[in-house]
This record gives sequence, C-alpha cells and structure tokens, in this order.
Amino acid sequence: MSTDQARAPLADQDKTPARQRAKVATTNACRMCMPLGACLAYTGFEGVVPFLHGSQGCSTYIRRYLISHFAEPMDIASSSVGESATIFGGESNLRTGVANVTRVYKPFMIGIASTCLTETIGEDVAAMITRLKDPVEGMTAKTGVDTPELVFAHTPSYSGTHADGYHAAVREVVRSLAEPGETGSDVNLFPGICSAADLRHLKELVSAYGLGCNLMPDYSERLDGVTVARYEKLPAGGTTADQVRAAGHAKASITLGGLVTPGVQLAGELLHETFQVPHHMLAMPIGIRLTDMFTELLGQLSGRPMPEWLVKERGRLVDAYIDGHKYAMDRKAIVFGDEDLVTGLASFCAEIGITPVLIATGGRSGHLAREIGRLNPELDGKVEVLDDGDFEEITARANELRPDIMIGHSKGYTTARDLGIPLVRVGLPIHDRVGGQRVKHLGYRGTQELFDRVINALIAARQDESPIGYAYM
Amino acid sequence: MTEVLAGRARQVTRSGSATPDIDCDRQSVAGSVSQRACTFCGSRVVLYPIADAVHLVHGPIGCAVYTWDVRGALSSGPELHRLSFSTDLRERHVVFGGERQLEDSLMELIGKHHPKAAFVYGTCIVGVIGDDVPAICKKVSAKTGIPCIPVQSEGFQGSKRQGYDAACEALMALIGTGDTAGIPQHSVNILGDFNLAGEIWIIRDYLKRMGVEVVAQLTGDGRVDDIRRAHGAGLNLVQCSGSTTKLAMQMQEKYGIPFKRVSFFGLDDMAGALYAIAEHFKDPQILARTRELVAEEIAKTLPVVSQCRQDLEGKRAAIYVGGSFKAISLVKALRLIGMKTVLVGSQTGTKEDYAYLSDLCDPGTIIVDDSNPAELSSFLSEGKADLFIGGVKERPLAYKLGVAFCDHNHERKLPLEGFVGMANFAREVHGSVCSPVWQFAPRHAISKLSEEV
Repeated sequence: MSTDQARAPLADQDKTPARQRAKVATTNACRMCMPLGACLAYTGFEGVVPFLHGSQGCSTYIRRYLISHFAEPMDIASSSVGESATIFGGESNLRTGVANVTRVYKPFMIGIASTCLTETIGEDVAAMITRLKDPVEGMTAKTGVDTPELVFAHTPSYSGTHADGYHAAVREVVRSLAEPGETGSDVNLFPGICSAADLRHLKELVSAYGLGCNLMPDYSERLDGVTVARYEKLPAGGTTADQVRAAGHAKASITLGGLVTPGVQLAGELLHETFQVPHHMLAMPIGIRLTDMFTELLGQLSGRPMPEWLVKERGRLVDAYIDGHKYAMDRKAIVFGDEDLVTGLASFCAEIGITPVLIATGGRSGHLAREIGRLNPELDGKVEVLDDGDFEEITARANELRPDIMIGHSKGYTTARDLGIPLVRVGLPIHDRVGGQRVKHLGYRGTQELFDRVINALIAARQDESPIGYAYM
Repeated sequence: MTEVLAGRARQVTRSGSATPDIDCDRQSVAGSVSQRACTFCGSRVVLYPIADAVHLVHGPIGCAVYTWDVRGALSSGPELHRLSFSTDLRERHVVFGGERQLEDSLMELIGKHHPKAAFVYGTCIVGVIGDDVPAICKKVSAKTGIPCIPVQSEGFQGSKRQGYDAACEALMALIGTGDTAGIPQHSVNILGDFNLAGEIWIIRDYLKRMGVEVVAQLTGDGRVDDIRRAHGAGLNLVQCSGSTTKLAMQMQEKYGIPFKRVSFFGLDDMAGALYAIAEHFKDPQILARTRELVAEEIAKTLPVVSQCRQDLEGKRAAIYVGGSFKAISLVKALRLIGMKTVLVGSQTGTKEDYAYLSDLCDPGTIIVDDSNPAELSSFLSEGKADLFIGGVKERPLAYKLGVAFCDHNHERKLPLEGFVGMANFAREVHGSVCSPVWQFAPRHAISKLSEEV
C-alpha cells in the first residue's frame, strides 16, 4: 500500500471483490480456522462436548492451540475419519464417535462441527443426526445409551475464519434450544471471542443494572477453572440449557462486535427473525466511548442509572487517561487480531491520543474499515486498515510506518522484536505468557488494565532506550 | 479402576499380567478424544526442521496456522522453516481446483525466499478435490530449477505414522542427488533428531570428539544440500525410530548403508549409543576416545543426578509421549533418579517396544497405546503419580490434578538429550516435583487431612 492509499478514506479501504490482495500465498496467517472457533464456543455451554466430524488431526491441533492459551484441559472429540470413511462416507464414524462420547462424558449435548474434509466429500450431517435420533434405527435403540442433544454447525476452514466458526456454533446451539414464551427481564448477551476474565466482568456489569444475563457462550469456568482433587471429564460451568431456552423470550439481545464473513448469520439475528427479540449490535466495549454505548444500552433496557461503583470505575479511568496522556501523545500503534477486537482497540487508541496507524486482521467481513470510520471519524485519512491480511504484510507495513508499539496476540512477537518495540499481548492466542485467559479487555475495568499496560510498555521502552537510566519517569 | 471404551480394551495392559500383549498401530477409535494428530502432522514433524527449504502447506489455512513456529527445532543458519506458508485455499479453489493457486504460490515463494528446495504438503481436501500436486511440483521444478517435492500427507490417511512414511519418501527423493566426494569412512547421518533446543549440536560435539563426521542431519538443523549427499555416509543413526526407521531401511536397501537404532536420552542409552557407534567403525582410537568422553561426561552428570535423587527417591512417574522407543529411555532415566514408573504409554508405539516396556517396568505398571484425557487422568489418580511426562496436551491434565510435569515434547526449550540432557532432566523433574505449590492442590490437602484423621 503506498502512502497515497494510506490517506484513502476509510470507507474505501475494505477489500472488495474488485480490490483483492496483491499476493498469492499466505505467510504467517493472522487468523485461525472455523472449527477452532466452533469448539471454543461449544465449550461455553454447560454439559456440551465439542465434536469435529473430520480427520483426527483437526481436533488435536485445535486442542493444543487452545490449551496453550487457556492452560486448561480442552477435550474435543473427533469422528477420526480415515481413508475408507473418506471414500465411503463417515456416517458410521460419526455414530461410533457420538456413542463413545456419550458413554465417557455423559454430556447434555454434543456440539458437532464439520471440517474441510467432511464438507468437501459432501457429508450430510443434519441427515445423519436425524437418523441417529430415529426411535427404531437410532443410537438409543441400537446401543441402549440415551442420545444426548445433538447440534451441528457448518465450519469448513475455507469458508471463513475462527470468528465465523464461533458465531455459527453459538447460533446453532441457540437455534436448537431457544423457546418462545412470555417476554422476561433477561438480556441475551453475545460477547464474541474474549477472555474468561472478560466474561466474568460482563456478567457483573449486566447484573449491576438489575438485569438477568443469558451470556452465550460463557467459558469463564470451563476454561479458567480451579485445581481439583478428582478429575472432571466434563467440568462444570457454562451457559445453562435453561438460559439458552429463555433466550427465545428475552427482553433483548446484545451482540458485541459481530463482524463476520458475509453470509454468516449471528445468533442475535436468528432470535430476532424467529422470536422477534430486539437485537442491538454494539462494538466490543473497549475504551470509554465504546463502553459508554454499552452501559447506556444497559441503562435503557433496565431503566436504571449507572450504579455508583461503576460511575467511580469510569471516573478513575478518566483520571488515569489524564495522568498518562503525555506518554501516549504522538505515539503510533499497530493493532492486529480479530476484527471485533481491533475495532475496539482502534477506538481505544484513538481516544487516548495514540494513532493506530495500521489496523490489521485476517478476518474478511469486508466491513472493518467502514466500521472503524463510523466509530472514529477522527481517524479518517490517518490510518490504514488491512483485512484478510497476514504477518508478512503486517511486518512489511510496520517497517514503513515505524510504530512505537504493537497491540495484539502473541503471534506478533517476531515482528515487534524485529522492530525493537513493545508488544502488549491481548486477544487470542497468547502462547508466550501465562494468563491469557485472565487478560481483561472489556468495560471500564478492562480498559483500565489495558491502558496501564500500554502506557507502562511505552514508558518502559523509553526508559530502556535512555542512556541515563532514569529511575524516575 | 479406569473405565476404558470397549473398542480400546486391548490397547491397555499391565506389565506382569497374564496378557501383556497390546494392540497397537490401529486407527483411533472415533469419539475417544485421542491425543494423536494426523498424517499431515507426522510429515510436518519430520520435515519441518529443514531450515533452507520452503514448507508450503497446500490446503485451507488451519493446518498451516497450527504448525507455525511451535517447535523448538533450531537452526544454526537460515530459518525459513520458522515461517508458515499456506496456499490458503478458499471456497472457489475447492470448487474449481487449487492447482493454479499452488503453482502461483510456489513460484511466488521461490522468487521471494530463494530456497534450496520446496516441500508441498497435501492436506485432507487436496486429494478429494483432485489436485495433481506431483504434476505441479514437476512443472515448477522445471521452471525454477529448485526441487519441489510433493509430500502425500492428507490427514485422513491415518495417524502420524503414515505421515512419517510420506516424509521419508520425500526425503528419499532428495537423497542420492548430491556429490559424495570427500566423505570419510567414519561418518554418519543422524536420523530422527530434530535439534530441539539445540540437542543435535550436543550429539555432534560428542561425535566430533570421538572422531566421527556427520554428513547429514535428518532433519534437525538440516540442510537440503547435506541431505542430497546423505547416501555417502558410513552409518545411519536412527534416534526417533518411529519416524525414520523406514528411511534407514530404504537407504540400506538402496545404498547399502547399515543403521543402528539409538537413543540419546538418559546416561545408559546415551553411553550405549556412543559405544555402538564406536564399535561399528572398529577403530581402536575411536573406541578409546569414546571411553574417555563417556567417563568425563558421566563424572560431570552424576553429582547432579544423585543430588536430585535424594528428594525424588520413591516418587512415582507417569509417561505419555509420542513414540514408545523414547519411553523406554525415560523409564530408565527415571530409575536413575530414584523414580518408579506407574504408567507408560504412547500415541504411536510398536508391539516390540511395548513388550520391552512390559519387561522393563515393575509389575503392575499400566501400559497404554493411543490413550485419551479421560483414561490418562484416571490412570494418574489410580497410580498416585507425582510426576507426568508428556507434551502440551498432557500438561493441563497433570496440573488440574496437582501433579508435577516435565515437557518432553517438541515444544521443549530445554535440551534433554546427551549427558547434559540427563542433568537437565533431573533438575527439571526435581524442580517441578519439589515445588512448594503442590501443598495448595486439593489432592494433597485431602491426603493431609486424612492422615490427620
């Protein structure tokens, strides 16, 4: 991208069919695959075991990737499709797999997601599920084991990103369980991909307004659990089936983020379409402005004012912004990662005086630049948006833009190291530090933590570069 | 007792039992949550450390993402292997074929990175959509003069084992294409050592001190040009036997190079490996230098070992690793530091190794092939393990239960091979088993309470 394009209006920067990437191969991708997102989402529902219909490697690779971030056991079953199943069809593998998972884990539900392989050979999983549930030919009749709930999401890696897989799985769980009913006082909250600590904080925020919260999904317990004396194959925690059922007659749905590849329907959209639950779409609440939008909506839905402790939390954040603003001014950042996360990060940077000179993602909603422009008109003409990008491109741009700091997941480390600038680790994955599951990003509290880390990283860089050795900054 | 799925019953046994025979080398049972990966993983593991080649994963993005720079396979020079290249197939390629995308990607990457060779890994869908990968490779090789080697590693073909075979086939395509002039008689290739945390450099140093030259490293810190002349070596050393025994056999057949299965883990096996090499060359000088080296290194290592042993005596260990041959060395190394093995298993072990393990271990030791979290966690509790040795996927099982852990997988950053590796291993195990944090784990709190009662 030349400097001229760098100044292009944000509305013209999204990749469209007419404006494709300038290269062929992807080098060091900035995204993960759809099944990973689906497995992560399924893990956030109580009693659900994620299950990939595909070759054994998919589930194992994804397990290892997520374990390295969350530092928790992450069991993902596989139908272990082999050569003959690839040729003759994988239905018997799926049936055996479901029966075995049921025996070992005694799940409430098995969350099935497809893979590239089974999508390409044309497996009709929905029909297989129907046959599995058949009273005469089905699993219970054949094996005597009660069949759990079975849901299925299409997640071939070539169709989208991990974020798409995540939203597809959430939507399918909601589709299978949500029920109509008398409108209650609960709010459905679709948080998007965030940390376990974020999920806990979101629940706290919603309940602070006196609202019930159907947080979907909620992996805050299963992926950030306690040490135990006896191993739980299927750990407790997660959104309960009753909560998902109630989602069909909630007061409203809120989706945080929700930038997905065109064609992927969000759970909130489905609930609106099916049960007319009002659907609000907000950006991920990172920074004061975006969190204000969220708390204002909670205020409207509850009819209550912001609770006193939250007013103070916001006030302290404003105070911190002011205390630290001189370390931020004139600084340039590269933010990268999931589209929803970088949208929030870009807005956060903008409001503390850091210019997010490059906002990069492997996502391909095709709306990122416009969304950033809509939320932050002041950034128009000052920043570049790179969607469907990889780290080869990010590094190339970074070498020209010479940022002071990078904010994103741990896969940006090499780039930051080569540039000699700090990397503040946020999002998923964080594979080179402990505590990825505990990083806070959302709300005033998450922003406070983020602000301190960003400013301190800038101070530390300045301190380390100084020949004087100031101990008083 | 641990519940084992009916379909897996013959993959679990106990040493000293009436039926020590174990069923292995079979497809994972669907729904068992196997710790295994796939054929692609096997090929990627073996070829990945070749540092001056482009490793292009032909398929949708996932397979390339999950294998990007996750191993500690070090290079003393170029580091092309640490980049993750993918053809990143999209829906349109699945519909219309990915051959053009593959060709363009190869041309682009060869132009950018000037590699000595390119390996093209087939993923699950490549065979299904009918891309003719060998034909594209041939075409690009002809255009660029760079050998492009197809690796038939479609994941669904089976477990890692089939992937090892595909990788060996790819290596055989390179071996024999280089000039062997100047290679001395007393020379070896090192097969199945991936230079994790610089381990192959430790072994190379030993060999140098013995007077043995290394021709090619397959594949740790590996170079394409070395591999091309590997057929000139006098002996093949096979360290990770699961992955490269087949290659050694093929090289024996085609080039008449004998091979030895060796292990560089633990004092016994490390010393045994060096003596076996020395004896092979029948050179009294080499043998004398080997004796000297072993004596010197063991003298350096033993104090560390005995110091750690003081605290570890009588503690109980569980092992679950990729291959069964390594597990044998681990059982011995644990004995050296006073620890008893209560569970030993592997993802892709062989009947012979399991039989050996059954003889080697104390009666009652659980021996398991292709296990899973439900079984392993239960075995850990049943065996009252104080330590678990495994990889990333085993670690949270141990920690969740308050059991110490030693990473013996490809992600490790600490060299565990060689004599120095034994000292590192002893320190690592000691550090984790003796950490004060376990006092807070519920498992220990409960046993303390019951003692008081």
